[in-house]
Amino acid sequence: MNARHRLLFTLLIALLVLLFALDLVVGSVHLSPTEVWRALTGGEVAASTLKIVRSIRLVKAIVAIAAGAALAVSGLQMQTLFRNPLAGPFVLGISSGASLGVALLLLGAPLMGWSGSAWFASLGLAGAAWLGAALMLALIATVSRRIKDIMVILILGMMCSSGMDAVVQILQYLSNEGALKSFVIWTMGSLGDVTGNQLGLLLIAVGLGLVVAVATIKSLNLLLLGENYARTMGLSITRSRRLIFLSTTLLAGTVTAFCGPVGFIGLAVPHVARMLFREADHRILIPAAALTGSCVVLLCDIVSKWLTLPINTITALMGIPIVVWVVLRHKQIA
Amino acid sequence: MIQLDHISLGYGSRQLLTDASAHFEKGQLTALIGRNGSGKSTLLRAIAGLGNIATGTIRLDGESLAAIPPHRLATRIAFVTTERVRIANLRCRDVVALGRAPYTNWIGRMQEEDRRIVEEALAAVGMSSYALRTMDCMSDGECQRIMIARALAQQTPIILLDEPTSFLDLPNRYELCRLLQRLAHEEQKCILFSTHELDIARSLCDTMALIDTPHLHHLPTEEMGRSGLIEQLFHIHLHA
Repeated sequence: MNARHRLLFTLLIALLVLLFALDLVVGSVHLSPTEVWRALTGGEVAASTLKIVRSIRLVKAIVAIAAGAALAVSGLQMQTLFRNPLAGPFVLGISSGASLGVALLLLGAPLMGWSGSAWFASLGLAGAAWLGAALMLALIATVSRRIKDIMVILILGMMCSSGMDAVVQILQYLSNEGALKSFVIWTMGSLGDVTGNQLGLLLIAVGLGLVVAVATIKSLNLLLLGENYARTMGLSITRSRRLIFLSTTLLAGTVTAFCGPVGFIGLAVPHVARMLFREADHRILIPAAALTGSCVVLLCDIVSKWLTLPINTITALMGIPIVVWVVLRHKQIA
Repeated sequence: MIQLDHISLGYGSRQLLTDASAHFEKGQLTALIGRNGSGKSTLLRAIAGLGNIATGTIRLDGESLAAIPPHRLATRIAFVTTERVRIANLRCRDVVALGRAPYTNWIGRMQEEDRRIVEEALAAVGMSSYALRTMDCMSDGECQRIMIARALAQQTPIILLDEPTSFLDLPNRYELCRLLQRLAHEEQKCILFSTHELDIARSLCDTMALIDTPHLHHLPTEEMGRSGLIEQLFHIHLHA
Protein backbone atom coordinates (compact mmCIF):
# COMPACT_ATOMS: atom_id res chain seq x y z
CA MET A 1 0.00 0.00 0.00
CA ASN A 2 1.52 3.34 -1.00
CA ALA A 3 0.75 6.91 0.04
CA ARG A 4 -1.77 7.34 -2.78
CA HIS A 5 -3.66 4.23 -1.67
CA ARG A 6 -3.74 5.36 1.96
CA LEU A 7 -5.04 8.80 1.00
CA LEU A 8 -7.72 7.31 -1.27
CA PHE A 9 -8.89 4.82 1.36
CA THR A 10 -9.18 7.64 3.92
CA LEU A 11 -11.11 9.84 1.47
CA LEU A 12 -13.44 7.00 0.47
CA ILE A 13 -14.22 6.14 4.08
CA ALA A 14 -14.97 9.82 4.79
CA LEU A 15 -17.17 9.96 1.69
CA LEU A 16 -18.96 6.79 2.76
CA VAL A 17 -19.79 8.29 6.18
CA LEU A 18 -20.96 11.52 4.55
CA LEU A 19 -23.18 9.76 1.99
CA PHE A 20 -24.55 7.44 4.67
CA ALA A 21 -25.58 10.45 6.78
CA LEU A 22 -27.04 12.21 3.75
CA ASP A 23 -28.98 9.07 2.79
CA LEU A 24 -30.61 9.06 6.24
CA VAL A 25 -31.67 12.70 5.93
CA VAL A 26 -33.02 12.58 2.37
CA GLY A 27 -36.44 11.07 1.75
CA SER A 28 -40.05 11.70 0.83
CA VAL A 29 -40.90 12.78 4.38
CA HIS A 30 -39.03 15.93 5.26
CA LEU A 31 -36.94 15.47 8.40
CA SER A 32 -34.25 17.78 9.74
CA PRO A 33 -30.76 16.39 10.50
CA THR A 34 -31.40 17.07 14.20
CA GLU A 35 -34.56 14.94 14.16
CA VAL A 36 -32.72 12.11 12.39
CA TRP A 37 -29.87 12.29 14.88
CA ARG A 38 -32.32 12.20 17.83
CA ALA A 39 -34.15 9.23 16.36
CA LEU A 40 -30.89 7.34 15.97
CA THR A 41 -29.55 8.12 19.41
CA GLY A 42 -32.82 7.53 21.22
CA GLY A 43 -33.71 11.20 21.90
CA GLU A 44 -37.19 12.73 22.03
CA VAL A 45 -38.96 12.34 18.65
CA ALA A 46 -42.41 11.49 17.32
CA ALA A 47 -43.13 7.76 17.02
CA SER A 48 -43.57 8.09 13.25
CA THR A 49 -40.17 9.78 12.89
CA LEU A 50 -38.56 7.01 14.90
CA LYS A 51 -40.14 4.41 12.60
CA ILE A 52 -39.14 6.22 9.41
CA VAL A 53 -35.54 6.70 10.47
CA ARG A 54 -34.86 3.41 12.18
CA SER A 55 -36.86 0.81 10.30
CA ILE A 56 -36.94 2.39 6.84
CA ARG A 57 -34.05 4.76 6.12
CA LEU A 58 -31.43 3.12 8.32
CA VAL A 59 -32.19 -0.36 6.95
CA LYS A 60 -32.15 0.94 3.41
CA ALA A 61 -28.85 2.75 3.84
CA ILE A 62 -27.24 -0.37 5.30
CA VAL A 63 -28.65 -2.43 2.41
CA ALA A 64 -27.16 0.12 -0.02
CA ILE A 65 -23.70 -0.24 1.54
CA ALA A 66 -23.87 -4.05 1.50
CA ALA A 67 -25.26 -4.21 -2.04
CA GLY A 68 -22.65 -1.82 -3.40
CA ALA A 69 -19.75 -3.69 -1.85
CA ALA A 70 -21.12 -7.09 -2.89
CA LEU A 71 -21.85 -6.21 -6.53
CA ALA A 72 -18.54 -4.40 -7.02
CA VAL A 73 -16.43 -7.21 -5.55
CA SER A 74 -18.34 -9.83 -7.50
CA GLY A 75 -17.91 -7.85 -10.72
CA LEU A 76 -14.19 -7.50 -10.07
CA GLN A 77 -13.86 -11.26 -9.60
CA MET A 78 -15.69 -11.96 -12.86
CA GLN A 79 -13.62 -9.41 -14.82
CA THR A 80 -10.39 -11.00 -13.63
CA LEU A 81 -11.55 -14.60 -13.98
CA PHE A 82 -12.76 -14.08 -17.55
CA ARG A 83 -10.04 -11.52 -18.37
CA ASN A 84 -12.80 -9.43 -19.85
CA PRO A 85 -13.48 -5.77 -18.98
CA LEU A 86 -17.14 -6.17 -19.91
CA ALA A 87 -17.80 -9.04 -17.52
CA GLY A 88 -19.91 -8.32 -14.47
CA PRO A 89 -21.60 -10.21 -11.65
CA PHE A 90 -24.34 -11.41 -13.97
CA VAL A 91 -22.30 -12.93 -16.83
CA LEU A 92 -22.78 -16.40 -15.45
CA GLY A 93 -26.55 -15.99 -15.40
CA ILE A 94 -27.10 -15.12 -11.75
CA SER A 95 -29.69 -12.47 -12.55
CA SER A 96 -31.42 -14.68 -15.11
CA GLY A 97 -31.56 -17.52 -12.60
CA ALA A 98 -32.97 -15.17 -10.00
CA SER A 99 -35.47 -13.72 -12.49
CA LEU A 100 -36.65 -17.20 -13.40
CA GLY A 101 -37.14 -18.01 -9.71
CA VAL A 102 -39.15 -14.85 -9.18
CA ALA A 103 -41.07 -15.29 -12.44
CA LEU A 104 -42.04 -18.82 -11.42
CA LEU A 105 -43.27 -17.48 -8.09
CA LEU A 106 -45.10 -14.37 -9.34
CA LEU A 107 -46.21 -15.55 -12.79
CA GLY A 108 -45.86 -19.31 -12.92
CA ALA A 109 -47.58 -20.19 -9.67
CA PRO A 110 -50.86 -18.41 -10.53
CA LEU A 111 -50.79 -19.93 -14.05
CA MET A 112 -50.39 -23.44 -12.70
CA GLY A 113 -53.02 -22.77 -10.08
CA TRP A 114 -50.77 -23.46 -7.09
CA SER A 115 -50.61 -19.96 -5.72
CA GLY A 116 -52.60 -20.11 -2.49
CA SER A 117 -51.40 -22.77 -0.13
CA ALA A 118 -48.39 -23.96 -2.09
CA TRP A 119 -45.08 -24.10 -0.19
CA PHE A 120 -43.68 -22.16 -3.07
CA ALA A 121 -45.39 -18.97 -1.93
CA SER A 122 -43.84 -19.28 1.51
CA LEU A 123 -40.40 -18.93 -0.04
CA GLY A 124 -41.07 -15.30 -0.72
CA LEU A 125 -39.52 -13.28 -3.51
CA ALA A 126 -36.05 -13.34 -1.98
CA GLY A 127 -36.09 -17.09 -1.41
CA ALA A 128 -37.26 -17.82 -4.95
CA ALA A 129 -34.69 -15.48 -6.45
CA TRP A 130 -31.85 -16.84 -4.36
CA LEU A 131 -32.80 -20.42 -5.19
CA GLY A 132 -32.89 -19.59 -8.91
CA ALA A 133 -29.50 -17.87 -8.78
CA ALA A 134 -27.86 -20.62 -6.73
CA LEU A 135 -29.21 -23.40 -8.98
CA MET A 136 -27.92 -21.56 -12.03
CA LEU A 137 -24.44 -21.18 -10.55
CA ALA A 138 -24.42 -24.78 -9.33
CA LEU A 139 -25.24 -25.86 -12.89
CA ILE A 140 -22.43 -23.76 -14.36
CA ALA A 141 -19.98 -24.91 -11.67
CA THR A 142 -20.79 -28.58 -12.31
CA VAL A 143 -20.44 -28.28 -16.07
CA SER A 144 -17.24 -26.21 -15.77
CA ARG A 145 -15.41 -28.97 -13.91
CA ARG A 146 -15.08 -30.75 -17.24
CA ILE A 147 -14.15 -27.63 -19.22
CA LYS A 148 -10.64 -26.26 -19.41
CA ASP A 149 -11.22 -23.16 -21.47
CA ILE A 150 -12.70 -20.34 -19.42
CA MET A 151 -14.21 -18.72 -22.54
CA VAL A 152 -16.36 -21.81 -23.09
CA ILE A 153 -17.74 -21.36 -19.58
CA LEU A 154 -18.48 -17.71 -20.32
CA ILE A 155 -20.41 -18.67 -23.47
CA LEU A 156 -22.28 -21.42 -21.61
CA GLY A 157 -23.22 -18.92 -18.92
CA MET A 158 -24.51 -16.47 -21.49
CA MET A 159 -26.46 -19.15 -23.35
CA CYS A 160 -28.03 -20.45 -20.13
CA SER A 161 -29.06 -16.90 -19.22
CA SER A 162 -30.63 -16.37 -22.61
CA GLY A 163 -32.47 -19.67 -22.28
CA MET A 164 -33.82 -18.70 -18.89
CA ASP A 165 -34.78 -15.24 -20.13
CA ALA A 166 -36.79 -16.92 -22.89
CA VAL A 167 -38.67 -19.02 -20.33
CA VAL A 168 -39.32 -15.86 -18.32
CA GLN A 169 -40.71 -14.18 -21.43
CA ILE A 170 -43.05 -17.09 -22.05
CA LEU A 171 -44.32 -16.77 -18.49
CA GLN A 172 -44.73 -13.01 -18.95
CA TYR A 173 -46.63 -13.50 -22.20
CA LEU A 174 -49.08 -15.89 -20.58
CA SER A 175 -49.62 -13.89 -17.40
CA ASN A 176 -52.29 -11.39 -16.44
CA GLU A 177 -51.59 -7.69 -16.02
CA GLY A 178 -51.41 -7.63 -12.23
CA ALA A 179 -48.87 -10.42 -11.92
CA LEU A 180 -46.91 -8.99 -14.86
CA LYS A 181 -46.65 -5.57 -13.24
CA SER A 182 -45.36 -6.91 -9.94
CA PHE A 183 -42.73 -8.90 -11.84
CA VAL A 184 -41.64 -5.93 -13.95
CA ILE A 185 -41.33 -3.79 -10.84
CA TRP A 186 -39.10 -6.45 -9.25
CA THR A 187 -36.81 -6.31 -12.28
CA MET A 188 -36.39 -2.56 -11.73
CA GLY A 189 -34.69 -3.21 -8.43
CA SER A 190 -35.33 -1.77 -5.01
CA LEU A 191 -33.22 -1.35 -1.92
CA GLY A 192 -36.26 -0.69 0.23
CA ASP A 193 -37.99 -4.08 0.29
CA VAL A 194 -35.66 -5.62 2.85
CA THR A 195 -37.30 -6.00 6.25
CA GLY A 196 -35.46 -5.72 9.54
CA ASN A 197 -35.38 -9.52 9.91
CA GLN A 198 -34.13 -10.11 6.38
CA LEU A 199 -31.36 -7.55 6.90
CA GLY A 200 -29.53 -9.90 9.25
CA LEU A 201 -29.66 -12.68 6.66
CA LEU A 202 -28.47 -10.35 3.90
CA LEU A 203 -25.55 -9.09 5.98
CA ILE A 204 -24.46 -12.60 6.99
CA ALA A 205 -24.54 -13.87 3.38
CA VAL A 206 -22.72 -10.82 1.99
CA GLY A 207 -20.21 -10.96 4.86
CA LEU A 208 -19.48 -14.61 4.11
CA GLY A 209 -19.17 -13.81 0.41
CA LEU A 210 -16.62 -11.10 1.19
CA VAL A 211 -14.62 -13.45 3.40
CA VAL A 212 -14.49 -16.01 0.58
CA ALA A 213 -13.55 -13.18 -1.82
CA VAL A 214 -10.57 -12.29 0.39
CA ALA A 215 -9.54 -15.95 0.28
CA THR A 216 -9.48 -15.77 -3.55
CA ILE A 217 -7.10 -12.76 -3.67
CA LYS A 218 -3.93 -14.70 -4.44
CA SER A 219 -5.71 -16.77 -7.11
CA LEU A 220 -7.10 -13.63 -8.74
CA ASN A 221 -3.65 -12.03 -8.85
CA LEU A 222 -2.23 -15.11 -10.57
CA LEU A 223 -5.20 -15.25 -12.96
CA LEU A 224 -4.25 -11.78 -14.22
CA LEU A 225 -1.64 -13.56 -16.34
CA GLY A 226 -4.20 -16.06 -17.65
CA GLU A 227 -5.02 -19.60 -16.58
CA ASN A 228 -1.96 -21.22 -18.20
CA TYR A 229 0.50 -19.04 -16.36
CA ALA A 230 -1.54 -19.30 -13.17
CA ARG A 231 -1.34 -23.10 -13.31
CA THR A 232 2.43 -23.14 -13.86
CA MET A 233 2.75 -20.90 -10.81
CA GLY A 234 0.97 -23.46 -8.67
CA LEU A 235 -2.70 -22.45 -8.87
CA SER A 236 -5.30 -25.20 -8.69
CA ILE A 237 -7.76 -24.00 -11.30
CA THR A 238 -10.72 -26.13 -10.20
CA ARG A 239 -10.37 -25.12 -6.57
CA SER A 240 -10.02 -21.41 -7.25
CA ARG A 241 -12.88 -21.40 -9.76
CA ARG A 242 -15.07 -23.11 -7.17
CA LEU A 243 -14.21 -20.51 -4.53
CA ILE A 244 -14.82 -17.64 -6.95
CA PHE A 245 -18.18 -19.08 -8.00
CA LEU A 246 -19.18 -19.59 -4.36
CA SER A 247 -18.20 -16.04 -3.48
CA THR A 248 -20.10 -14.59 -6.42
CA THR A 249 -23.23 -16.60 -5.62
CA LEU A 250 -23.16 -15.36 -2.03
CA LEU A 251 -22.51 -11.76 -3.07
CA ALA A 252 -24.41 -11.12 -6.28
CA GLY A 253 -26.96 -13.89 -5.72
CA THR A 254 -27.97 -12.55 -2.31
CA VAL A 255 -28.14 -8.93 -3.42
CA THR A 256 -30.24 -9.89 -6.45
CA ALA A 257 -32.52 -11.96 -4.25
CA PHE A 258 -33.27 -9.06 -1.91
CA CYS A 259 -32.94 -6.04 -4.20
CA GLY A 260 -33.66 -7.33 -7.69
CA PRO A 261 -31.18 -7.29 -10.57
CA VAL A 262 -29.34 -4.01 -9.86
CA GLY A 263 -27.35 -3.34 -13.02
CA PHE A 264 -24.09 -1.60 -13.89
CA ILE A 265 -22.62 -1.36 -10.39
CA GLY A 266 -20.69 -4.60 -10.78
CA LEU A 267 -19.58 -3.66 -14.27
CA ALA A 268 -18.58 -0.03 -13.74
CA VAL A 269 -17.27 0.18 -10.17
CA PRO A 270 -14.24 -2.14 -10.56
CA HIS A 271 -13.05 0.11 -13.40
CA VAL A 272 -13.47 3.19 -11.24
CA ALA A 273 -11.48 1.50 -8.45
CA ARG A 274 -8.69 0.53 -10.88
CA MET A 275 -8.50 4.05 -12.27
CA LEU A 276 -8.51 5.73 -8.87
CA PHE A 277 -5.97 3.41 -7.29
CA ARG A 278 -3.91 2.77 -10.47
CA GLU A 279 -3.43 -0.76 -9.28
CA ALA A 280 -4.00 -4.33 -10.48
CA ASP A 281 -3.20 -6.11 -7.19
CA HIS A 282 -6.40 -7.55 -5.72
CA ARG A 283 -5.12 -7.02 -2.17
CA ILE A 284 -5.80 -3.33 -2.87
CA LEU A 285 -8.56 -3.69 -5.48
CA ILE A 286 -10.98 -5.80 -3.42
CA PRO A 287 -11.30 -3.34 -0.52
CA ALA A 288 -11.12 -0.46 -3.00
CA ALA A 289 -13.96 -1.85 -5.12
CA ALA A 290 -16.04 -2.65 -2.02
CA LEU A 291 -15.72 0.89 -0.66
CA THR A 292 -16.27 2.55 -4.03
CA GLY A 293 -19.30 0.32 -4.65
CA SER A 294 -20.85 1.23 -1.31
CA CYS A 295 -20.37 4.95 -2.00
CA VAL A 296 -21.81 4.70 -5.50
CA VAL A 297 -24.91 2.77 -4.43
CA LEU A 298 -25.53 5.20 -1.55
CA LEU A 299 -25.26 8.04 -4.04
CA CYS A 300 -27.64 6.26 -6.44
CA ASP A 301 -30.10 5.72 -3.60
CA ILE A 302 -29.99 9.41 -2.67
CA VAL A 303 -30.60 10.41 -6.30
CA SER A 304 -33.35 7.83 -6.75
CA LYS A 305 -35.15 9.07 -3.63
CA TRP A 306 -34.74 12.66 -4.77
CA LEU A 307 -36.17 11.94 -8.25
CA THR A 308 -38.49 9.16 -6.99
CA LEU A 309 -37.33 6.74 -9.67
CA PRO A 310 -36.39 3.04 -9.41
CA ILE A 311 -32.77 2.40 -8.39
CA ASN A 312 -31.97 0.47 -11.56
CA THR A 313 -32.66 3.43 -13.83
CA ILE A 314 -30.26 5.55 -11.77
CA THR A 315 -27.46 2.96 -11.64
CA ALA A 316 -27.73 2.53 -15.40
CA LEU A 317 -27.75 6.26 -16.11
CA MET A 318 -24.74 6.77 -13.82
CA GLY A 319 -22.93 3.59 -14.85
CA ILE A 320 -23.12 4.01 -18.62
CA PRO A 321 -21.07 7.23 -18.75
CA ILE A 322 -18.45 5.62 -16.49
CA VAL A 323 -18.10 2.59 -18.76
CA VAL A 324 -18.01 4.76 -21.89
CA TRP A 325 -15.38 7.00 -20.29
CA VAL A 326 -13.26 4.00 -19.28
CA VAL A 327 -13.46 2.49 -22.76
CA LEU A 328 -12.58 5.75 -24.48
CA ARG A 329 -9.77 6.69 -22.12
CA HIS A 330 -8.06 3.33 -22.02
CA LYS A 331 -8.48 1.60 -25.32
CA GLN A 332 -7.15 -1.45 -23.54
CA ILE A 333 -8.57 -2.34 -20.15
CA ALA A 334 -9.03 -5.07 -17.58
CA MET B 1 15.96 -34.19 -14.54
CA ILE B 2 13.32 -34.51 -17.24
CA GLN B 3 12.79 -37.96 -18.61
CA LEU B 4 10.44 -38.69 -21.49
CA ASP B 5 9.55 -42.36 -21.45
CA HIS B 6 8.02 -43.64 -24.70
CA ILE B 7 5.57 -40.79 -24.96
CA SER B 8 3.06 -40.21 -27.74
CA LEU B 9 1.57 -36.82 -28.28
CA GLY B 10 -1.10 -35.39 -30.51
CA TYR B 11 -4.48 -33.84 -30.74
CA GLY B 12 -7.52 -35.27 -32.41
CA SER B 13 -6.40 -37.60 -35.18
CA ARG B 14 -3.16 -35.67 -35.63
CA GLN B 15 -0.16 -37.56 -34.29
CA LEU B 16 2.77 -35.29 -33.38
CA LEU B 17 5.16 -37.62 -31.57
CA THR B 18 5.16 -41.40 -31.41
CA ASP B 19 7.09 -43.42 -28.87
CA ALA B 20 9.52 -40.60 -28.12
CA SER B 21 12.12 -41.00 -25.40
CA ALA B 22 14.68 -38.47 -24.22
CA HIS B 23 16.54 -37.38 -21.14
CA PHE B 24 17.30 -33.75 -20.35
CA GLU B 25 20.05 -33.30 -17.76
CA LYS B 26 20.64 -30.49 -15.28
CA GLY B 27 23.31 -27.97 -16.18
CA GLN B 28 22.43 -28.19 -19.85
CA LEU B 29 20.84 -25.75 -22.25
CA THR B 30 18.79 -27.52 -24.89
CA ALA B 31 17.22 -26.05 -28.01
CA LEU B 32 14.06 -27.71 -29.26
CA ILE B 33 13.81 -27.33 -33.02
CA GLY B 34 11.38 -28.49 -35.66
CA ARG B 35 9.13 -27.23 -38.43
CA ASN B 36 6.02 -25.15 -37.75
CA GLY B 37 3.27 -27.32 -36.33
CA SER B 38 5.63 -30.15 -35.46
CA GLY B 39 4.54 -30.08 -31.83
CA LYS B 40 7.29 -28.10 -30.09
CA SER B 41 4.82 -26.07 -28.02
CA THR B 42 2.64 -29.10 -27.36
CA LEU B 43 5.65 -31.00 -26.02
CA LEU B 44 6.69 -28.09 -23.80
CA ARG B 45 3.13 -27.70 -22.52
CA ALA B 46 3.00 -31.41 -21.71
CA ILE B 47 6.24 -31.20 -19.73
CA ALA B 48 4.91 -28.12 -17.91
CA GLY B 49 1.85 -30.13 -16.88
CA LEU B 50 -0.54 -28.08 -19.02
CA GLY B 51 -1.43 -30.73 -21.57
CA ASN B 52 -2.04 -34.43 -21.66
CA ILE B 53 0.08 -37.05 -23.34
CA ALA B 54 -1.60 -39.95 -25.10
CA THR B 55 0.71 -42.70 -23.88
CA GLY B 56 3.97 -43.01 -21.97
CA THR B 57 5.25 -41.20 -18.89
CA ILE B 58 7.05 -37.95 -18.21
CA ARG B 59 9.25 -38.17 -15.12
CA LEU B 60 10.97 -35.44 -13.12
CA ASP B 61 13.87 -36.89 -11.13
CA GLY B 62 12.17 -40.25 -11.37
CA GLU B 63 8.80 -39.00 -10.11
CA SER B 64 5.85 -39.26 -12.47
CA LEU B 65 4.69 -35.80 -13.57
CA ALA B 66 1.02 -36.73 -13.29
CA ALA B 67 1.45 -37.45 -9.58
CA ILE B 68 2.88 -34.02 -8.70
CA PRO B 69 0.25 -31.52 -7.50
CA PRO B 70 0.33 -28.02 -9.08
CA HIS B 71 1.74 -26.18 -6.05
CA ARG B 72 4.72 -28.55 -5.88
CA LEU B 73 5.23 -28.64 -9.63
CA ALA B 74 5.49 -24.84 -9.54
CA THR B 75 8.63 -25.08 -7.40
CA ARG B 76 10.25 -27.39 -9.95
CA ILE B 77 9.25 -26.10 -13.39
CA ALA B 78 8.83 -22.53 -14.59
CA PHE B 79 7.31 -21.96 -18.03
CA VAL B 80 7.40 -18.95 -20.33
CA THR B 81 4.68 -19.21 -22.96
CA THR B 82 4.16 -17.14 -26.10
CA GLU B 83 1.08 -15.49 -24.56
CA ARG B 84 1.21 -11.72 -24.31
CA VAL B 85 0.24 -10.16 -21.01
CA ARG B 86 -0.89 -6.56 -21.55
CA ILE B 87 -2.66 -5.36 -18.48
CA ALA B 88 -3.09 -1.72 -17.52
CA ASN B 89 -2.04 -0.83 -13.98
CA LEU B 90 0.01 -4.01 -13.64
CA ARG B 91 3.60 -3.02 -12.93
CA CYS B 92 6.53 -5.08 -14.19
CA ARG B 93 7.86 -5.62 -10.69
CA ASP B 94 4.47 -7.04 -9.61
CA VAL B 95 4.48 -9.48 -12.54
CA VAL B 96 7.93 -10.72 -11.55
CA ALA B 97 6.77 -10.88 -7.92
CA LEU B 98 3.98 -13.27 -8.98
CA GLY B 99 6.78 -15.74 -9.70
CA ARG B 100 7.21 -16.00 -5.95
CA ALA B 101 3.62 -17.30 -5.58
CA PRO B 102 4.65 -20.93 -4.88
CA TYR B 103 6.60 -19.73 -1.84
CA THR B 104 4.40 -16.97 -0.37
CA ASN B 105 1.50 -17.37 2.07
CA TRP B 106 -2.26 -17.52 1.33
CA ILE B 107 -2.51 -13.86 0.42
CA GLY B 108 0.87 -13.66 -1.35
CA ARG B 109 2.77 -11.62 1.22
CA MET B 110 6.37 -10.92 0.16
CA GLN B 111 9.27 -11.26 2.60
CA GLU B 112 12.63 -9.46 2.37
CA GLU B 113 14.13 -12.53 0.72
CA ASP B 114 11.38 -12.60 -1.92
CA ARG B 115 11.92 -8.91 -2.72
CA ARG B 116 15.65 -9.47 -3.14
CA ILE B 117 15.03 -12.38 -5.53
CA VAL B 118 12.60 -10.25 -7.58
CA GLU B 119 15.14 -7.43 -7.94
CA GLU B 120 17.83 -9.93 -8.96
CA ALA B 121 15.55 -11.48 -11.56
CA LEU B 122 14.77 -8.03 -13.02
CA ALA B 123 18.48 -7.22 -13.11
CA ALA B 124 19.32 -10.55 -14.77
CA VAL B 125 17.17 -9.70 -17.80
CA GLY B 126 18.32 -6.08 -17.78
CA MET B 127 14.90 -4.68 -16.87
CA SER B 128 15.60 -3.10 -13.47
CA SER B 129 14.85 0.38 -14.75
CA TYR B 130 11.43 -0.83 -16.00
CA ALA B 131 10.28 -2.07 -12.58
CA LEU B 132 7.59 0.58 -12.17
CA ARG B 133 6.35 0.66 -15.76
CA THR B 134 2.98 -0.92 -16.43
CA MET B 135 2.56 -3.86 -18.78
CA ASP B 136 0.35 -1.96 -21.22
CA CYS B 137 3.13 0.46 -22.21
CA MET B 138 5.86 -1.98 -23.13
CA SER B 139 7.02 -3.49 -26.38
CA ASP B 140 6.61 -7.21 -27.12
CA GLY B 141 10.30 -7.84 -26.49
CA GLU B 142 10.20 -5.99 -23.17
CA CYS B 143 7.10 -7.93 -22.08
CA GLN B 144 8.85 -11.15 -22.94
CA ARG B 145 11.89 -10.30 -20.86
CA ILE B 146 9.62 -9.49 -17.91
CA MET B 147 7.92 -12.88 -18.25
CA ILE B 148 11.36 -14.50 -18.28
CA ALA B 149 12.33 -12.57 -15.13
CA ARG B 150 9.14 -13.93 -13.56
CA ALA B 151 10.25 -17.46 -14.41
CA LEU B 152 13.67 -16.78 -12.87
CA ALA B 153 12.05 -15.47 -9.68
CA GLN B 154 10.23 -18.79 -9.43
CA GLN B 155 13.69 -20.31 -8.71
CA THR B 156 13.01 -23.69 -10.26
CA PRO B 157 15.63 -26.24 -11.31
CA ILE B 158 13.85 -26.56 -14.68
CA ILE B 159 12.88 -23.69 -17.00
CA LEU B 160 10.89 -24.20 -20.20
CA LEU B 161 10.53 -21.41 -22.73
CA ASP B 162 8.36 -21.42 -25.83
CA GLU B 163 10.08 -19.37 -28.55
CA PRO B 164 11.60 -16.86 -26.13
CA THR B 165 13.56 -15.13 -28.90
CA SER B 166 10.68 -14.52 -31.28
CA PHE B 167 10.07 -10.85 -30.47
CA LEU B 168 13.67 -9.86 -29.80
CA ASP B 169 16.13 -8.11 -32.10
CA LEU B 170 19.39 -9.85 -32.97
CA PRO B 171 21.60 -8.48 -30.15
CA ASN B 172 18.87 -9.24 -27.62
CA ARG B 173 18.44 -12.76 -28.97
CA TYR B 174 22.08 -13.55 -28.37
CA GLU B 175 22.03 -11.81 -25.01
CA LEU B 176 18.99 -13.77 -23.86
CA CYS B 177 20.45 -17.09 -24.99
CA ARG B 178 23.73 -16.28 -23.26
CA LEU B 179 21.74 -15.57 -20.10
CA LEU B 180 20.03 -18.96 -20.43
CA GLN B 181 23.41 -20.60 -21.04
CA ARG B 182 24.87 -18.92 -17.95
CA LEU B 183 21.90 -20.03 -15.82
CA ALA B 184 22.25 -23.60 -17.04
CA HIS B 185 25.98 -23.76 -16.46
CA GLU B 186 26.43 -21.67 -13.32
CA GLU B 187 23.23 -22.55 -11.48
CA GLN B 188 22.99 -26.09 -12.81
CA LYS B 189 19.49 -25.55 -14.17
CA CYS B 190 17.93 -27.70 -16.85
CA ILE B 191 16.72 -25.29 -19.56
CA LEU B 192 14.74 -26.31 -22.61
CA PHE B 193 13.54 -23.78 -25.17
CA SER B 194 11.93 -24.03 -28.57
CA THR B 195 13.34 -21.86 -31.31
CA HIS B 196 13.72 -21.37 -35.03
CA GLU B 197 17.18 -19.79 -34.61
CA LEU B 198 19.43 -22.58 -35.83
CA ASP B 199 22.57 -20.44 -35.64
CA ILE B 200 22.01 -19.49 -32.02
CA ALA B 201 21.07 -23.04 -31.11
CA ARG B 202 24.24 -24.44 -32.70
CA SER B 203 26.55 -21.87 -31.18
CA LEU B 204 25.20 -21.67 -27.62
CA CYS B 205 23.30 -24.84 -26.72
CA ASP B 206 24.75 -27.96 -25.17
CA THR B 207 22.26 -30.30 -26.75
CA MET B 208 19.58 -30.09 -29.41
CA ALA B 209 16.27 -31.85 -29.59
CA LEU B 210 14.80 -32.11 -33.05
CA ILE B 211 11.27 -33.10 -33.91
CA ASP B 212 11.14 -34.94 -37.22
CA THR B 213 7.46 -35.89 -37.08
CA PRO B 214 6.71 -38.28 -35.45
CA HIS B 215 10.22 -38.85 -34.09
CA LEU B 216 12.18 -36.95 -31.47
CA HIS B 217 15.97 -36.91 -31.73
CA HIS B 218 18.00 -35.63 -28.83
CA LEU B 219 21.76 -35.32 -29.34
CA PRO B 220 24.67 -33.22 -28.14
CA THR B 221 24.95 -30.16 -30.40
CA GLU B 222 28.06 -31.27 -32.28
CA GLU B 223 26.71 -34.70 -32.93
CA MET B 224 23.41 -33.22 -34.11
CA GLY B 225 25.40 -31.03 -36.51
CA ARG B 226 27.21 -34.05 -37.94
CA SER B 227 24.13 -36.26 -38.10
CA GLY B 228 22.66 -34.47 -41.08
CA LEU B 229 19.25 -34.55 -39.43
CA ILE B 230 18.90 -30.77 -39.49
CA GLU B 231 19.69 -30.48 -43.21
CA GLN B 232 17.43 -33.41 -43.94
CA LEU B 233 14.48 -31.93 -42.04
CA PHE B 234 14.72 -28.42 -43.40
CA HIS B 235 15.93 -29.44 -46.88
CA ILE B 236 13.33 -32.02 -47.72
CA HIS B 237 10.52 -29.68 -46.91
CA LEU B 238 12.07 -26.89 -48.95
CA HIS B 239 11.82 -28.97 -52.11
CA ALA B 240 8.55 -30.67 -51.29
